[in-house]
Amino acid sequence: MWAAEIATQRSMETDLTNPQPTLPKLELPVRARSKPTWTAERQGSRLQADNVFESLILLGALSLVAIVGLIVFELIHNSLPTLMKFGWHFFFSNTWDPVGGDFGAWAFVYGTLVSSLIALVISVPLGIAVAVFINELCPRSLRRSFSFAVELLAAIPSVIFGLWGIFVLAPLLRSYVEPFLAEYFGWTGLFSGPAYGIGMLAAGMILAIMIVPIICSISREVMLAVPQQQREGVLALGATQWEMIRIGVLRNARTGILGAIILGLGRALGETMAVTMLIGNSPDIAKSLFAPGYTMASVIANELNEAMTSLHRSALIEIGLALFIVTLIVNACARLLIWTSKRGMPARMRA
Amino acid sequence: MRRLPAFAFLIAAVTTSSAQINLNAAGATFPYPIYSKWFSEFHKAHADIQINYQSIGSGGGIQQLKAGTVDFGASDMPLDDEKLKDMGKPIIQLPTVMGSVVPAYNVPGVSGEIKFTPEALAEIFLGHLKKWNDKALTDANPAMNLPGQDIVVVHRSDGSGTTFVWTDYLSKVSPEWKSSVGSNTSVKWPTGIGGKGNEQVAGLVRQQPGAIGYVELIYALQNNITFGSVKNAAGNFVKASLQSTSAAAASVKDMPDDFRISVTNAAGKNSYPIASFTYLLIPTQWQDQAKKNAILSFLQWMLDEGQSMVEQLNYAPLPKQVVRKEKDKLKSLQ
Repeated sequence: MWAAEIATQRSMETDLTNPQPTLPKLELPVRARSKPTWTAERQGSRLQADNVFESLILLGALSLVAIVGLIVFELIHNSLPTLMKFGWHFFFSNTWDPVGGDFGAWAFVYGTLVSSLIALVISVPLGIAVAVFINELCPRSLRRSFSFAVELLAAIPSVIFGLWGIFVLAPLLRSYVEPFLAEYFGWTGLFSGPAYGIGMLAAGMILAIMIVPIICSISREVMLAVPQQQREGVLALGATQWEMIRIGVLRNARTGILGAIILGLGRALGETMAVTMLIGNSPDIAKSLFAPGYTMASVIANELNEAMTSLHRSALIEIGLALFIVTLIVNACARLLIWTSKRGMPARMRA
Repeated sequence: MRRLPAFAFLIAAVTTSSAQINLNAAGATFPYPIYSKWFSEFHKAHADIQINYQSIGSGGGIQQLKAGTVDFGASDMPLDDEKLKDMGKPIIQLPTVMGSVVPAYNVPGVSGEIKFTPEALAEIFLGHLKKWNDKALTDANPAMNLPGQDIVVVHRSDGSGTTFVWTDYLSKVSPEWKSSVGSNTSVKWPTGIGGKGNEQVAGLVRQQPGAIGYVELIYALQNNITFGSVKNAAGNFVKASLQSTSAAAASVKDMPDDFRISVTNAAGKNSYPIASFTYLLIPTQWQDQAKKNAILSFLQWMLDEGQSMVEQLNYAPLPKQVVRKEKDKLKSLQ
């Protein structure tokens, strides 16, 4: 009787899109629920010191939550003047006039979105390709050095990226890349206008370099969580190495890779220093990627210190509030996606 | 062991009874090097007075003074009536040093000094004048061979007193600028790319062929940046220097009692037209009499010995009549 059930279930295992092999359901005894489940199971005898320790730790944990709450409260409280005066229109209006007192954040929202989009377009294929290479194709002896090099990229401070961008990337773009793009792809309208070197394209490229390590390392982890049986099964059916990677690994890891991409996006949205140094700091909306732009984080970093009027300050803090909420949502979604895809991983590799 | 807290208290009581007066200040970044030198030299002369200065920007300094977290502030921009009323307490504004803003440029093939007329500068920064070999520039520089390069405007992206001085000058010489942009530490630039700080503006100008930007004179001198001369109100092309900056203030006929004056586009044949004072904002009413005496003695020292230290750091000293007037003002506060 058992054999028949197992045989039918095994025949369902050849469905290659299902990463979880089905097992026969086991009947476990239900534990008697006499205590409410939120009381921690206390082990051993307790002293006063244990209670004190537990309270201190609880206080520490709650303080972190309280800090986040306080940040939100302060942001809202300090942006009340512009919230009252401009309302929703603030995010769709294009003027930014500190002298006249007219503020509208659309140029910054646009700049943030476009620079992050350029960064994703460049870094997603690159990051996933590097992850696939390190995991599947790289000779074992070189694996550690490659992964170390990629993770080292994540450790570089963003100001250094900005400096490198100004002294190396911008002249390169100005002298070689932008004229080339203008000549062959100028018909798209995306590569027109004077080639300053710095501008939306430069900012997007530096952001791409900064988020490649994030996408790469998380994709690698997620790809490692795919069971070896998947790879072996696909190979056994006659797939080539690339087909094995595509069908056996990438397809199964796609939720986690999406999470990695969104996490990278979260970083790109909030990145300040490197972008401020390379984006040209001009709140204009232009179709061309050569034109200078402005992002939400850059305008706060640039103008908050010397903002003379309270309306100016409140406008900047409202931009900060918007950035905070967007980054919070993006990071939360990313974490959720990554968590769901790592559930199949053995516990020791999950952390 | 049980006597330790009592002992510690005794030591603390003894050390604090030496009547150290601590004054806190915050404000403009432009004069930070000279203020920092002054406060340390003053402390050497008067060991019981310690002044701490945080250069968080003029706007920040004004905010903190209003909130009462600092004893006095510093600002590149003099406060207008509205801001003074907003402050909530009576403030006097005392000029301390002078600085200038210069037009730095990078024109391929040109290494000499370009002469700029006020109209040309305004047109360039408004975005109407687009090429280096435009008539307005070649008329003023007949001997120079200006190329047909596009002009790339570079301005400050962060709020700054330098921007205030530059836009104040442009507002005076161009009605179009005054009505469309105005003057402030942070404005809506009609054209150009923004750099954060004097350093970035200088860097961008240096790297971009055809760029023109504005930087502090001190910065330009210390970093050997090419800058041009500007035509002043008397019609002479003057290159910025410590002397021409002081001359701008000296030419002011009557300095108002509250020292709120803009010396951009000053009269006088040797005046550099884009110069300004930087101010200390001192409250007139103090709770602590010891602190009041401390700040008054510092200000007196600043007007006497302090002024002799400024040239070393490339700031222009205050002209003599301004110093005299300030001393009179201080006497009235005693």
